[in-house]
Amino acid sequence: MTKYIVRRLLQMIPVLIGVSILVFSLMHLIPGNAAQIMAGEGASPETIKQLEEKLGLNDPLVVQYGKYMSRVVQGDLGDSIRNGRPVIEEIKTRFWVTAELAIYSTILAVFIGLIAGIVSAVRHYTWADVSIMIVALFGLSMPNFWLGLVLIQWFAVGGDWLPEILKMRPSGWGESWRQVVLPVIALGTGGAAIIARMTRSSMLEVIGQDYIRTARAKGVSERVVIYRHALKNALIPVITVVGLEFGAFLGGAVITETIFAINGMGRLTIQAIQQRDFPVVQGTVLVLSMLFVFVNLIVDVSYRFLNKRIDLN
Amino acid sequence: MAKKELLKVENLQQYFPIKGGILGRTVNHVKAVDDISFEVFEGETVSIVGESGCGKSTTGRAILRLNEPTAGKVTYDGVDLASLSTKEMRKYRKDLQIIFQDPYASINPRQTVSEILIEAMEIQNVVPKKDRRARAIELMKTVGLNEHQADRYPHEFSGGQRQRVGIARALSVNPKLIIADEAVSALDVSIQAQVLNLLKKLQKDFKLTYLFISHDLGVVRHISDRVIVMYLGKIVEIGDRVSIFDNPKHPYTKALLSAIPVPDPTAEKHHVPLQGDVPSPINPPTGCRFHTRCPFAQERCRQEEPVLTQHDGMTEGHTAACHFVNDLQPKSI
Amino acid sequence: MSEPILRVNNLRTSFFTDDGEVKAVDGVTFDVPKGETIGIVGESGSGKSITSLSILRLLASNGKIMGGEILFKGEDLVKKSEKEMRNVRGNAISMIFQEPMTSLNPVFTVGYQISEALIKHKKMSKKQAHARSIELLELVGIPSPETRVDNYPHELSGGMRQRVMIAMALACDPEVLIADEPTTALDVTIQAQILTLMKQLQERIGMSIIFITHDLGVVAETCDYVAVMYAGQIVEYSDVVSLFKKPSHPYTIGLLNSLPRHDIDQDELEPILGNVPSVHDMPTGCRFAPRCPAASDICRAKMPELVKRENGNDIRCWLYTDEWDGEKEVDLYGQKRIAQS
Repeated sequence: MTKYIVRRLLQMIPVLIGVSILVFSLMHLIPGNAAQIMAGEGASPETIKQLEEKLGLNDPLVVQYGKYMSRVVQGDLGDSIRNGRPVIEEIKTRFWVTAELAIYSTILAVFIGLIAGIVSAVRHYTWADVSIMIVALFGLSMPNFWLGLVLIQWFAVGGDWLPEILKMRPSGWGESWRQVVLPVIALGTGGAAIIARMTRSSMLEVIGQDYIRTARAKGVSERVVIYRHALKNALIPVITVVGLEFGAFLGGAVITETIFAINGMGRLTIQAIQQRDFPVVQGTVLVLSMLFVFVNLIVDVSYRFLNKRIDLN
Repeated sequence: MAKKELLKVENLQQYFPIKGGILGRTVNHVKAVDDISFEVFEGETVSIVGESGCGKSTTGRAILRLNEPTAGKVTYDGVDLASLSTKEMRKYRKDLQIIFQDPYASINPRQTVSEILIEAMEIQNVVPKKDRRARAIELMKTVGLNEHQADRYPHEFSGGQRQRVGIARALSVNPKLIIADEAVSALDVSIQAQVLNLLKKLQKDFKLTYLFISHDLGVVRHISDRVIVMYLGKIVEIGDRVSIFDNPKHPYTKALLSAIPVPDPTAEKHHVPLQGDVPSPINPPTGCRFHTRCPFAQERCRQEEPVLTQHDGMTEGHTAACHFVNDLQPKSI
Repeated sequence: MSEPILRVNNLRTSFFTDDGEVKAVDGVTFDVPKGETIGIVGESGSGKSITSLSILRLLASNGKIMGGEILFKGEDLVKKSEKEMRNVRGNAISMIFQEPMTSLNPVFTVGYQISEALIKHKKMSKKQAHARSIELLELVGIPSPETRVDNYPHELSGGMRQRVMIAMALACDPEVLIADEPTTALDVTIQAQILTLMKQLQERIGMSIIFITHDLGVVAETCDYVAVMYAGQIVEYSDVVSLFKKPSHPYTIGLLNSLPRHDIDQDELEPILGNVPSVHDMPTGCRFAPRCPAASDICRAKMPELVKRENGNDIRCWLYTDEWDGEKEVDLYGQKRIAQS
């Protein structure tokens, strides 16, 4: 098992190199002169030249990448062009905000999705199944920004949560559960719907398997049949979806954080893009990608616990 | 009159690589068929029997180059099939047809029976276009289907009728050799008997040669002229039907025959119980591959691989790969 | 015949599909004698598996027992609540299935899967159940059971898995074991091992076995009594020797005649013509009449009953009744049968 995890960690290296190349290329994929764009329309030639120096844009590409990477591995993601602070510091203060948002949303999605999916499968073709699937379809069709706006409208503007939600704190997060609940719902609902549908179809397939009939033939209770024999098998494909949803939540955080004025990495990224602060964009994308790759490692490892047939070594 | 050798298989080998490791290198091979040789004469039925994993189906597929053989030579009517280009091979596919266990899996479910048959004729271009429909209906009648079923889809047929469609399709290009891979195994006995009778009749009417692959020794006894017994990628015994069934020499053949339940509750039973399972074809046992389960295995069997030999008391063409054929009393096993 | 431990009386089981009701089992009656083996033999769609699943009430959700009784030691299983049935399943009556490859849960060890029934029915602790599982694995002939007990199903061969299934079924010393095509998916040499094992265990434990199979050879080797099913009904029921030596029902005769034998040379097989009738379009008279070489007017008009004859065999055929209206002597697949009442 340890061997497998070590191997997977090693396999992450080429993936991360790939990501870093993409992130690095960002600076060079911008049409025209990056320094010019970053400096803005009215910048003087001197400023642009200085910026080019600072960013090392005059070196050959390979040298630039080499320099960039050697800094990255030392934990130096460069400095923000807008405020001169190290990008890593900017990210540090916001990383957990986004991670928590994504994690809470995942927990919500898994919790609701699993229960709804199981109920739907066990009572399939009943009114319970049909109504859960209709609700899930709604959940699936609602874009999270729209749901976020609706939630703000109902609870914040209509209720008295608004000041708390829109009050900007240094972190803008985590000081009150009210600040957390609405964005998590906005972000997690779509995922819950996807997981519910996946769980339902996976459960239905498993319930039709021969070994479920064997379990029933042993005389164990229906609860054991469903929650032990069926669910453990049905979870295997669901886990994959959970991993992918986590990634989607990281992406969704960009929008959700903007709507709820949460000072997380998503918002940082948006601001950086608007301000053409490329070192910050590079940094956030790199960190989010690493997080995603890491979560998928966890997903793969949890397969091992669920499905003994997958020989990880 | 000398019998004409229609198909000759020499030292056929089929290894399937097993990929593994981080880089997906080939770490080992499944030795599905390992150096087998036999021939099939024109107009006869040769059966290959054996349990799952013995390589009988792989042999059939390798002959048709559905999987490219790892080594060995397959000669059909004097032509080395392996030396042919894909295009030239297509010409010979007309002569060599295969029928599978599950005809449904090899039939396009969105085509009607007549379309299936006409398409087969189109590919090989054996019948003038205007005559194809008539020929399709004639074929359907030949295999015992009704003319009015010509425009039905495969799902509207029962298992036995679908197998008839599979046979009609194979016949549509006027083949010389038909490889029947467990062609009647999935059918109920009453239907199986119908299809077996049909196959026999067609052989007579169209002078067909069959290579019949099956695990069912009852079926094999009924249809074969000669029988090849395979175990773990090797031929252990080969001979005419009477020799194999009434005078088996290899301990595996004897055990296999004795293991089949006889539909006669008063019959005397001589069970030769075989212990354990078939070993893995990835790392087959050294020496005689059967030695791990053979009740008579000696040190020599573990060391030295036996070759197919005609021992004393065996008729012409009957050979067995066992060191101790003559030391085993006929009824001791 | 010894005292029956299980009596199935006029069992009717239907499935409800989009195309309407399918009467899969239509009036099946048989006794299971104590300590002996009864075979239920038939081709696909004959209803033999549905009969066995009905006994333990393990039908799919669209299946329903429409009528009849299943008397186990005098108690009607059809009338029991779901909870009461759970105390019967895997305990007094247990079952093994056709596909050892898919009948074991891939994510649990074989030890856990055997233990489950012991914990449920014998109220054993986990530890006791684990120890007993090792004993059971040894009983069914699995080498080094102490290590095998912690294996997952994929680590075992097909034959071994079927042994595990048997161990699981025997865990609570059942009085009736239902074996639904237990060796069909196995190679013949492994089949021989499993059949021998089942016979040994029956002698040792003394349970009755209901053996569902399509293989007449297996029936001849393992069963004491045989019920032949066709299109949801039993057409012939007798002891195993009379069935093979002097079959009476035209379907039984035809079935035996269709069987290619490996032990003797045969002439041309004379198969039963045609196909099994569609479940949605059952003949009004005898269900075998459309394929029967001797069918007469009454066969096509009226369904015959399963009638006990002097020799103790039950036959569902007009030929052997007073009402027979055909030839006095008929040729059934090369065998002569005299009409009699």
